[in-house]
Amino acid sequence: MESLLQKLAVDNGLVLSFAVVGAVVLCSGYISRKLTVGRVQGSAIAILLGLALAYVGGRMTGGNKGLADVTYFGGLALMGGNMLRDFAIVATAFEVQPAEARRAGWVGALALFIGTLLPFVIGVSFAYAFGYRDAVSLTTIGAGTVTYIVGPVTGSAIGASSEVITLSIAVGVFKAILVMVTTPLLAKFMRLGTPRSAMVFGGLAGTVSGVSAGLAATDRKLVPYGALVATFHTGVGCLVVPSLFFFAVRALFPAHA
Amino acid sequence: MPPALPPTNKSLPHPCPYPYSAMPLYGTALLAVCHLLGILLGELLGRALGVQANVGGVGIAMLLLMAARYHGHRRGWLEAKSEEGVHYWAALYIPVVIAMSMQQNVVKALSGGPMALAAAITAGAACAGCVSLINRREVVAPAETSAE
Repeated sequence: MESLLQKLAVDNGLVLSFAVVGAVVLCSGYISRKLTVGRVQGSAIAILLGLALAYVGGRMTGGNKGLADVTYFGGLALMGGNMLRDFAIVATAFEVQPAEARRAGWVGALALFIGTLLPFVIGVSFAYAFGYRDAVSLTTIGAGTVTYIVGPVTGSAIGASSEVITLSIAVGVFKAILVMVTTPLLAKFMRLGTPRSAMVFGGLAGTVSGVSAGLAATDRKLVPYGALVATFHTGVGCLVVPSLFFFAVRALFPAHA
Repeated sequence: MPPALPPTNKSLPHPCPYPYSAMPLYGTALLAVCHLLGILLGELLGRALGVQANVGGVGIAMLLLMAARYHGHRRGWLEAKSEEGVHYWAALYIPVVIAMSMQQNVVKALSGGPMALAAAITAGAACAGCVSLINRREVVAPAETSAE
């Protein structure tokens, strides 16, 4: 019986992983609604749950691919692998309306620029303070501070280790949750109230889930405006961080060879 | 007896004779072409710059897809049904990121816990300050402010 189930799981790895992720999303949606009263978005809880499961998987197997190292869940390596991840990220570019984007004007672009550079510099500084000295790790952690998507995209593009990529995701996820929870509290301070202010917020706060959940908890009308700039954020980050920012960091911290 | 078929979309210039059309596939194929082109250009850019890495391939692919969508809407070759083939993958993006989180090396990463927290909190605070600074310069017309 067990060998039958194992054969089923291994032969249908990708299909099983859709079901597993679906179950995790379902659980996190429930936790989001019941335990946090919708304050923390389901997707952020699901990612945290995923990281917790990866921890359990890593502890069980001693491998370095988290839950994907457990025989039954090998399909997760394909579903969450580079190919499908990048494919899905590229697909989100479709949600950006150029006509709407033009209305954001130079403020949106300015916010986008500061919102990429500022977290990156802070992330690199903290990585340096905590003992990282190689340009690849510094850039990846800085990228994770921009968003938890730019982190892994940058990390795998420039060849960072799995630990550093995970750390960059952790920074990004922490930041996303921080944005979700504190946006309604800081709405008055940040002067959130107009579409333009929401676009500025979307550009600076960065993470799409953080921005959309934070704005939803503040003023439902502002969600699309903030998310619009925030969707640009990941694209700009994925374009600029592994290239321009990486070269800048590499120039500042040359390899000790 | 075959099951009742849903009506075809009459608003399309060339209505597909089959209710289960291949059109979403065109969208997915467009996405795939943009993805591959972007990654290829990223690889070429990486080689041109002398880096052993893909430079901004995903970002270039996103820009290509945005350009294709803009062009397709203007010229009319991109139809709503085809766009579904892209929207489905965009909707899958969160689940894929969750699957990605499940296969991370969390055990080793946890040794850097305080750094992640400190960097995230500082970055969040700095960005909130910037949002506040920029938004304070906006002249808000009284009618525009939220009624709630």
